[in-house]
Amino acid sequence: MKNAARTALVLAGAGAGAAVLRRLVSPPSDPRRGERWMVVTVNRPPMDVLPEGRPPTPLDEFGDALEITVRPAPGDRGTELAARLRETPSAAETSLPSRLAGEDPRQEVRRALREAKSLLETGEVLRSDAPPTAREDTIGGRIVGAASRRSGGEGVL
Amino acid sequence: MRAVCWEGVNKLSVEQIPDPEIRNEQDVVVRLLASTTCGSDLHLIGGYIPAMQAGDVIGHEFVGEVVEVGPGVRRHAVGDRVVVCSFIGCGRCWYCRNDLWSLCDNTNTNPGIGQALFGYETAGIFGYSHAMGGIRGSHAEYVRVPFADYGAFPVPEGVDDISALFASDSVPTGWMGADLGGVRPGDVVAVWGCGAVGQMAARAALLKGAERVIAIDRLPERLAMTERHIGAEVIDYTTTDVAAELRERTGGRGPDVCIEAVGMEAHGTGPDHVYDQVKHQLRLQTDRPTAVRQAIHACRKGGSVFVLGVFAGAVDKFPLGMVVNKGLTLRGAQMHGQRYIPMLLERIAKGEISTAHLATHTMSLDDAPRGYDMFKHKKDGCVRAVFRP
Ligand SMILES: NC(=O)c1ccc[n+]([C@@H]2O[C@H](COP(=O)([O-])OP(=O)(O)OC[C@H]3O[C@@H](n4cnc5c(N)ncnc54)[C@H](O)[C@@H]3O)[C@@H](O)[C@H]2O)c1
Ligand SMILES: [Zn+2]
Ligand SMILES: [Zn+2]
Repeated sequence: MKNAARTALVLAGAGAGAAVLRRLVSPPSDPRRGERWMVVTVNRPPMDVLPEGRPPTPLDEFGDALEITVRPAPGDRGTELAARLRETPSAAETSLPSRLAGEDPRQEVRRALREAKSLLETGEVLRSDAPPTAREDTIGGRIVGAASRRSGGEGVL
Repeated sequence: MRAVCWEGVNKLSVEQIPDPEIRNEQDVVVRLLASTTCGSDLHLIGGYIPAMQAGDVIGHEFVGEVVEVGPGVRRHAVGDRVVVCSFIGCGRCWYCRNDLWSLCDNTNTNPGIGQALFGYETAGIFGYSHAMGGIRGSHAEYVRVPFADYGAFPVPEGVDDISALFASDSVPTGWMGADLGGVRPGDVVAVWGCGAVGQMAARAALLKGAERVIAIDRLPERLAMTERHIGAEVIDYTTTDVAAELRERTGGRGPDVCIEAVGMEAHGTGPDHVYDQVKHQLRLQTDRPTAVRQAIHACRKGGSVFVLGVFAGAVDKFPLGMVVNKGLTLRGAQMHGQRYIPMLLERIAKGEISTAHLATHTMSLDDAPRGYDMFKHKKDGCVRAVFRP
């Protein structure tokens, strides 16, 4: 119990630490967050990234819901592949509670951009081990497990 | 199979977990031959690294035999004896192509957690925090190795398992410190920490032509080992004023390159150490940068400081003024092992780098909790505990 409590404290402390760090380095909230392009740089030439103008898998699954652009990255770094939702999500949809609940529509776009990049560069999307741990039923474990499940769709793209 | 799991702060146990399987076409599965403790594990066992989950299999420095090969693997076959790099690189993103493997874009399965902590995520690593992906560790009977064509390297014949083992993590980490720290022939190099990483950094500096290498620690058995097996000079920081001693030994200039191989749980002397320890344990600072401060202080004007020790977040009382006014180059990295491992295995085979002495205690996986206790508290002269299935 003492250990579990300490572990929870560590998780909370680390989370708070990360939040404080972020507060220090970025403004509280980005008023343009819903409309910004989400971008990955793919280490492949533009014609591989957008063959015959078709978006790469799995971005092609979004159909008309996405705007997609590509342009060569400077300094021989490959291709900048950008996407955003044609219908700008509302402030409520991009709010923290909505992100934690996995209901921010940008999350699926981020995940798809990352997968497209990995498929183009390596031919696969790395999967974690199954099961990743010997148990997933502890409190700390459930928090980290939930964070892991959201993680592919979160972050700073 | 049996695996060594993190169960909470300062709590490890040996658990049953399903065997790993090929999950991606470019994976192999290896049967463990040997796996070792690393100073980085101590930071997560102590609870200083966020995003650990009870039941996580730990361990990342290992050698094994290939028992299963995914259909996309070109360079390995069943039966190969391989040493595996602790960081996982895809080999084809811009970072891997530029030999910055621990920054790989495609191997961290939890990019959102890594980005929340560091702004951009690191590559994935075996058996570490979920901020660095969800790949199980190597203290287990079997280990899945993603992107094996890039991260698994055949062990030369004539090199035994234990000597090869350290080419997985500590030898390339030390080499990177000397290489990216910019060690040149004729330099005087100081290394903080005489664990496996510090010893290997000192050896690398000598092989890169340093005129003198001075290693700093407080544990007499490690200082003696560093003199004997590495060929470096040593300083015991508990009985010596390190900065004054280094000034005297370097003609008043200070070392050209300072390599820190201690990390966030540095031990220290004096009131600033008490201050750091209290703040660290209350989580008011995430790391204790004692040795980094000393290295910055001791370094010559215009010199270079390379941080190999692992730090997770923010530090206090960081001497930024010394960095700016002395014109220092300050750099750090997690190890880009794929860049160095084949060359290092050759050097180990030729006897230029000796590693077997690091394995002070060898035991079964079942004894791993005891092994970590010895390693953490440096009992019985433990430098590395090595687990064999
Ligand atoms: N950058 C990387 O990729 C990488 C890879 C492996 C390990 N590491 C890190 O390198 C560090 C060392 O790893 P290790 O396996 O050698 O650990 P270790 O615990 O065996 O060695 C650390 C040594 O530092 C000494 N020390 C403590 N405080 C000191 C101080 N103030 N001055 C001088 N020495 C001091 C200790 O006595 C000990 O001998 C750890 O922080 C580990 O996380 C980094
Ligand atoms: Zn390590
Ligand atoms: Zn890569």
